[in-house]
This record gives sequence, structure tokens and C-alpha cells, in this order.
Amino acid sequence: MALSKDEVLAGLAEIVSEETDIDTAEVTLEKSFTDDLDIDSLSMMTIVTLAEEKFDVRIPDEKVKDLVTVGDAVDFIAAA
Amino acid sequence: MNVVVTGLGTTSPLGGDVASTWEAALAGRSGVRTLENDWAEKYGVPVTFAGQLVVQPSEVLSRPETKRMDPSAQMAIVAAREAWADAGFGEDGVDPDRLGSIVSSGIGGVWTMLTAWDTVRDRGAARVLPLTVPMLMPNSPTAYVSLEFKARAGSHSPVSACASGAEAIGMGFEMIQSGRADVVICGGTEAAIHPLPLSAFAAMQALSKRNDDPQGASRPYDVSRDGFVMGEGAGVLILESEEHAKARGARVYAHVLGVGMTADAHHIAAPEPNGAGQTKAMELSLERAGLTTADVAHVNAHATSTPVGDMIEARGIRALLGSHADQVLLSATKSMTGHLLGGAGALESVFTVKALETRQAPPTINVTEPDPELQVDLVRDTPRALPAGQIAAINNSFGFGGHNVALVFGA
Repeated sequence: MALSKDEVLAGLAEIVSEETDIDTAEVTLEKSFTDDLDIDSLSMMTIVTLAEEKFDVRIPDEKVKDLVTVGDAVDFIAAA
Repeated sequence: MNVVVTGLGTTSPLGGDVASTWEAALAGRSGVRTLENDWAEKYGVPVTFAGQLVVQPSEVLSRPETKRMDPSAQMAIVAAREAWADAGFGEDGVDPDRLGSIVSSGIGGVWTMLTAWDTVRDRGAARVLPLTVPMLMPNSPTAYVSLEFKARAGSHSPVSACASGAEAIGMGFEMIQSGRADVVICGGTEAAIHPLPLSAFAAMQALSKRNDDPQGASRPYDVSRDGFVMGEGAGVLILESEEHAKARGARVYAHVLGVGMTADAHHIAAPEPNGAGQTKAMELSLERAGLTTADVAHVNAHATSTPVGDMIEARGIRALLGSHADQVLLSATKSMTGHLLGGAGALESVFTVKALETRQAPPTINVTEPDPELQVDLVRDTPRALPAGQIAAINNSFGFGGHNVALVFGA
């Protein structure tokens, strides 16, 4: 059963918070992973790997560069 | 160029910092206890105890730090932060181009490597986390220390099994003497209490199997010693050129006076039976320090509690010091901490410096019947006073592979 975008956002925020110590409330749809949340490429790949497992989805490596904002990731995961 | 010690840090089986660790050591407490896991039932690991940290790094580090660093690097960072704060560098810190880091591990990120393998095997390669390589590489601890304190003069991690931590300090001394750095953060760390290393060391018959008496298991020089006790933790020293330390009015614990390093070239694991390489390392360290054996008041022995190793070292000390050995206080602190492998030489350097500072040689516990061959004045059960005035102390560390390192400190 597909998850709602709110459910994906909540789950993704937990992963980001675990990895970066950023408060889950700060992880909002319009935030850029690199510019706003200061997440480097290795941390991004870690978040992607953990998200794939948590949401049981496959995020191809070549797709990761398109996930600029938290909203991009939420949309991709919710639609997958 | 003179080199001094201006900062100390540790997290060990005796305490989460230098003060608590040193207090426990002087009190003769054991940091060894039974492991709370099912490794014996599940895998048949024959040893069920180890010298375990009192304060887990997760209690003092942030969540991301504990996720991004192997436990060995976490322990190194905890110890390095304490040492750095202890050295009292002001807001300006140290010129990054004149600051080095040399932090070693004997085994490396074994928890990370084996946990990642569990992931590959059980859940597939796609689940392996991207930080796995920077976490498992054995230079990870020194790299994180370099990153944190902006040490740009060079970052190294000499690996020489159980001599690694001492070798790091010896290299730190040489890095300053050679003019490459004014300050070096150096030491060793180990986090290898995992069923695989325990099984592997046990397969060598290297570990004590005294499962019914963990606190009494590490008994260097006792006639009933039956192997070493695995320990974990880190020790870090801030070494600094005397000139640099004086210019900033730093508190000086002790001088690093010399280092002697040799290799047995005899056997991959067994020490050379006559201890020639070990004795030579001690001799070279004194020569380099410009000292004679009469200047030595204290030795922190490698003494891991193995039937063969302890007496090879003890005979070497006697051979080198001759009758002066009767006036030298010998301490085997692994009796309390267990054997920190790559962290051992660093933690024991912290002990050696504290012994000079406080003029107290820490005790060796669990020696109920000393080996009749022992011809050195062993400090047993309670600390003993070291003489006033200028004295020197040697810290020995030896590692599988035939690595011998002797460090000489003076104060």
C-alpha cells in the first residue's frame, strides 16, 4: 500500500535527523538537502540507502542527483 | 629540540577520563568484567569477559558522530577532545600547518567491517552504507582527529599490533624533533571486543580463559597467569615542542626524552626468546635520551599476563638495568585495564606521565605468587612513591610481528 506524502515526509525527516542531528521539524518539503540542510554527498547516499530500506523502494543512483529538495525525495518515494 | 607533554586524555575500562582512570588505577581496581552478550552460547566464543569502557562514547558524542565513526574512532575522539582541552590552547588554537595527528589502531574498524559484511550477506549489497569505507579504514581515527582539530602538518597511523599506540607517540616525538610540527596529537585506540577477534586471539591460546574470575584474570608475573585479557579504549597525548609550550605558558606534565624502536625479525607472533630486540629498544631509548640506566626510576611494563611474554620482558629489564633494577618500580597496569592492543601503549603512556607527575607508581593487581624468576621490584596492590627530583620512566610496548617500542619520559 502506497504511503501518503505526509507519512513519507515524517519517515524521511526521522532518517535525516538521525544522520545529521537536525530537528525533524526543520526537515520540510522546500528545504534543499545541500544548501539548506548542509548534507554532503556521502551523507545523502546514506540517507538514500536508509530510505530505500525504510520505504521498500529502489532509488537508482542516477536519480539521486535530481532529488534536490526534501519535497523531490518525498514525491519520488510516494510515487514509487 | 625538546619535546614536552602538555595534554592527556583517555576513555578506558577504568574511567571515562584521565582523572577517574588514574584514581581507579591508584586504587587498584579492575576494569574487567563479564560480557553481557550471548557470544559464548551462540558462537562458542571461549572467553566471556573483557576490560570494557566505563563510559560509552554514545554517552558523550552526538548521534551523527556515533553513526559516522567506528567505535575505535569514537574512543579516539573522546580522548583527543579531553587531551586538547587539557592542553589549554586558547582561542587561536594552533597553526594548522604546524599541527599533526598520529593516532593508531592495531586492528582498525573491525566492528564496521564485520557488521557491513553481515548486511551484505543477509540483506544484499545495496544496503551497505556509503560511509562504510571511511569508517573501517585503520587511519579513520587519526583522520577524524586531524579533521576536528585542523591538523594539517600530517596525519599518520602507524600499525604495529599492540605496539601501535606507543609507536604513534614515538613518531609524534620524531615529527616535532624533525621540525615538521610544533604540536602533535598522538595516541592509540582499540575497539575490538567482538566475537571474531576474541575467537581468533583465543585460537592462538593468547587469552586468559578464567571465565569464573574475570577481575582476577589479568595477572602479569603471577605464576598462574594464563593469557591476556582483551580491553578497549583510547589514550591521547598532546606533544609539543618545549619552545612552543613555553611561549604560550603551557603547563608541562613531563618531557618525552627518547624513543627506541626495534624489530625482532624472529617469528610472526612469538617474541624472540632472549628478548634481545626488546632490550635493545629500551637501550636505544635511553641512549637517545642521553640518559644512563641509573636515571630510570619507573617502568610501565608491556606485561600482558601471558606465560611466555612477561618473563622475557622482565629478564630484559633486569639485563639492561642490572642491580639498579632493585631500585626501579615496575608496574603492570594491564592487570587492571586488560590489554587495549593498539590503545595500550597510549593509555600506559598516560599512566607513565601521571606517575611522574604525582610521583606514584600505580599498582599491579592479582599477583598472589610472583614468578620466582622475577628480579625486578614489582609494585603490588597499592601504589608506591617515586623519588623526588629529576627522574625518568620507561614505557614498553611490544606487538605481534616483532615490533618493540620503548618510550622514555622524564620529569
